[in-house]
Amino acid sequence: MESIIDSANATAVERMTEARPVLTGLGKALDLIPGMHENLLLHAGPPIAWEQASGPLRGALIGALLFERRARDEGEAERLIVSGKIQLAPCHHHSAVGPMAGVISPSMAVYVVENKTHGNRAFSNLNEGYGKVLRYGAYSRDVQNKLHWMHEAMAPVLGAAIRACAGVDIRALLAEALHMGDEGHNRNKAGSLLFTRQLAPYIARFAPDPLTAGAVIEELGENALSVLNPVMAACKAMADAGHGVENSTIVTTMARNGTEFGIRVSGLGERWFTSPCPQPVGLYFPGFSAEDGNPDIGDSTITETAGLGAFAMAAAPAIVTFVSGTPQDALNATLEMYEITAAEHSAFTIPQLDFRGTPVGIDLRAVVETGITPRVNTGIAHREAGVGQIGAGLVRPPLALFNEALVTFAENYGF
Amino acid sequence: MDDSSAPDGKAGAGTPATLAELRAGSYYDSVVLMLLQRALAELPGILDAGVVMGTPANKKLLAQSALLTEDLQTAAPEDLILVVKAESETAGRAALARVDELLAARRPQQTDAYRPKSLASATRMLPEAEWVLISIPGRYAAAVARDALNLGKNVFLYSDNVTLEDEISLKETAAGKGLLVMGPDCGTARIDGVGLGFANRVRRGGIGIVAASGTGLQAIMVGIHRLGGGVSQAFGTGGRDLSDGVQAISAKQALGRLKDDPQTEVIVIVSKPPATSVAQELMSQAASCNKPVVLDFIGYCSTQEEDVAANIQFARTLDEAAELAVSLTKSADSTGCTEQHPLSSQSTTEAPQVVPSHLPHSFLRALYSGGTLAYEALYLLQDSLPSLHSNVPLPGGRRLDNPHRSRGHTVVDLGGDAFTVGRLHPMLDNELRVRRLLQEAQDAETGLILLDVVLGDGAHEDPASELAPAIEEGTAAAARDGRTLPVVAVVIGTDGDPQGLDRQIERLKGAGAYVFTRHDDALRAVAGAFAGAGDGRSFRSSKQEPGAPQASEDGHVSSTFAAINVGLESFTDSLRDQGAEVVHVDWRPPAGGDERLANLLTRLR
Repeated sequence: MESIIDSANATAVERMTEARPVLTGLGKALDLIPGMHENLLLHAGPPIAWEQASGPLRGALIGALLFERRARDEGEAERLIVSGKIQLAPCHHHSAVGPMAGVISPSMAVYVVENKTHGNRAFSNLNEGYGKVLRYGAYSRDVQNKLHWMHEAMAPVLGAAIRACAGVDIRALLAEALHMGDEGHNRNKAGSLLFTRQLAPYIARFAPDPLTAGAVIEELGENALSVLNPVMAACKAMADAGHGVENSTIVTTMARNGTEFGIRVSGLGERWFTSPCPQPVGLYFPGFSAEDGNPDIGDSTITETAGLGAFAMAAAPAIVTFVSGTPQDALNATLEMYEITAAEHSAFTIPQLDFRGTPVGIDLRAVVETGITPRVNTGIAHREAGVGQIGAGLVRPPLALFNEALVTFAENYGF
Repeated sequence: MDDSSAPDGKAGAGTPATLAELRAGSYYDSVVLMLLQRALAELPGILDAGVVMGTPANKKLLAQSALLTEDLQTAAPEDLILVVKAESETAGRAALARVDELLAARRPQQTDAYRPKSLASATRMLPEAEWVLISIPGRYAAAVARDALNLGKNVFLYSDNVTLEDEISLKETAAGKGLLVMGPDCGTARIDGVGLGFANRVRRGGIGIVAASGTGLQAIMVGIHRLGGGVSQAFGTGGRDLSDGVQAISAKQALGRLKDDPQTEVIVIVSKPPATSVAQELMSQAASCNKPVVLDFIGYCSTQEEDVAANIQFARTLDEAAELAVSLTKSADSTGCTEQHPLSSQSTTEAPQVVPSHLPHSFLRALYSGGTLAYEALYLLQDSLPSLHSNVPLPGGRRLDNPHRSRGHTVVDLGGDAFTVGRLHPMLDNELRVRRLLQEAQDAETGLILLDVVLGDGAHEDPASELAPAIEEGTAAAARDGRTLPVVAVVIGTDGDPQGLDRQIERLKGAGAYVFTRHDDALRAVAGAFAGAGDGRSFRSSKQEPGAPQASEDGHVSSTFAAINVGLESFTDSLRDQGAEVVHVDWRPPAGGDERLANLLTRLR
């Protein structure tokens, strides 16, 4: 006989895997994101105040206020936030997700992803590429210039292209990318090219001039992470579809704000369970070491939550070098995640595992029972604002989070 | 502080120190830990070592050896305790620093292949597995066995310390699903030609066995093999199965399977004396088998004879059971249970002579590793040797007050609870027996030492290499006192066993031991020696029966057998070695051993 929890979990995971997220548009955060207002900045991870924020998050918040022209310098930006004039809230509270610092400000362009099965929507910002970028806390003049170009030149063209091509089916794109060596989190090379390929004809048609068309296509095609943000929004739309199922122990959110790691559980409403963020283990770019690294940061763990990223590692043996592993380690990573998940994904399959569906739907109970915490593939930010990405690697949330959530679950439901 | 193990004058520089390390939430199986403990103890400057999980029982043991330091008092059952008593702090630190290296060295053949963490994923990796072997600590074993049954698997439950209630409920659940639970505390079985747990390599054949006794089953299988016969299936049931409480649920199921098995021509049932009602029920089921059935209820021979069906015969010894079974498969006629005392006649296979006799004022000291062999020895020797003492409970026998000290004629089961808490079974670790043998040899009252040496998968890889030097040392010590101290060894093994039967026998004979391969022959010789019947003829046993085929002849390996192993790694190695398909579960206590969370998880299932 199936228990109440088992059937609740089956429902939650079924909703996650049956969700069909389609990228349908691109527009201004203020106009699109529910609850967004002039004085609000969204950020990655669980709620946090300026005082607790780490370097990269502070840098990104400052950079966003400079971009919005609400502040002329970092001192003024900081004062605006500390005074409470500018409020902070997690992206996750507004149907949004952002990589690394994940800062979304009112006038930023955001992708709109619609879940065609259940009707919910999710949002994410534009990806700036590698190097010194806002999401790693950089806010220098060249970072600002790039942001302005993206918003003023690229976003209108991209938005028109997305609308004209009748939407990009992100679930289908991901399914194909997994068969091309992506895992949907750290490696989005194939997905970004598929994305560029699908939009390029429309970009050419709707760009005001060939130079802009070329520049936009070049930007999308050269950035191996250009599809990451629509993918994250798609994962958010899928995870949200599974959220709020009574009696379910499925984890529907995992996110980090650079200080704390937080999770939310389908059957436990909007409550966060948080714990200090661990430091990722991985490879550092030349000249950097673990001492320079910031504790883990970003909403991109939504990919693992939805059965991608480290959970689909078997599909992407090329990136095991981040943790000096072997292709066998990539298989083992995915096999290990089956131990703590409730289902296998019906849409995302792994050729290397005989087309087995990716492990999806982290079951709180299984994590506590086995002591196996979810694996997360991640980029490593410098601990100081403005330096940017200094490495990539693997991180796992602390087990204590899951233990605490399980105890709360039992109390809430009177078990 | 107990200073009996303090450095005896050979201490190097520095003062003796006891150093400890606690590793929270690390779980290793007991074999791995005990081997590590031995390896640590053998390092230079180390006087004593303890490597155990922090259960209350283990902490008590450490306290007894003065190894429980202040900081270890708080250790939890899921914590790994590493402690060394060293000649100096430097030596102690050096030893503890080598722990990881020693642990890693134990797994030379480990591959990168994924090791599942749960039964469910193991099943997914090897769906054709019909059996799950469980050898994790008893308090966790029943839950895993239940999972296995729910996944539709038969269970080989090696773990002990499973409650009677759990045993009954598991067996009832299994029976309802047409599945079998062998155990708890089941040491041996042979399924489709593959040995589980402690098992000898024997050829396949027409004899099916149901056994509530581990070494009893081993001795019978070895006997069958030696006589040229073979085994179809051998099911263990666990020692409690034939009790009033369990009502032989597993034995009856196993008997049913053998009845229906076309490969099985003859059935053997072996057990220590069962509850009377259970014996009656089993016999009436056996009577309806339409196949010859040999019963060895060790000491339960002739009382019920009138009621016994025509297809049932009683054997008086394990070897006789093997002999009867083989003769029945060959459609030969056999003698069955006679009125004679089992030791009054010679076996047909081996000359029983041993030892220069005349042991008037001295005593037998039998040091067994196999529980059922010890039991059989007591039963068979009780008429020849007055006032036998033992730690094995036998109706009418005399209980040893202190199992560590022999009194008069003594039969000790060194696999008994008093000896195995916190240490490896003597079939795996000869240390305890070596020490006891030397202790007995120095006792002027000791007239003869009897040992069993059990070979096969799961057992020590070369027991003779450790027992033979001890025999030499013991007999030499006796000789210095002007005493002759014969040592009799009975080797339970086949020519297919990994230890090499001939090599083991030669090594033991080389040390001066009188070696037998039939247990009853060895006992006959022992009884004869104390009765003054020995005639000093030279030893000439241990040969293969003429014409007996070698183990490898018809292949003891089945390519179809597949199993999942949860617990001792050595079981996985042994199965793989026998050509079986096996997936090893990297098992950890639920919720890392946190009982509160584990209980919560049970409620949230």
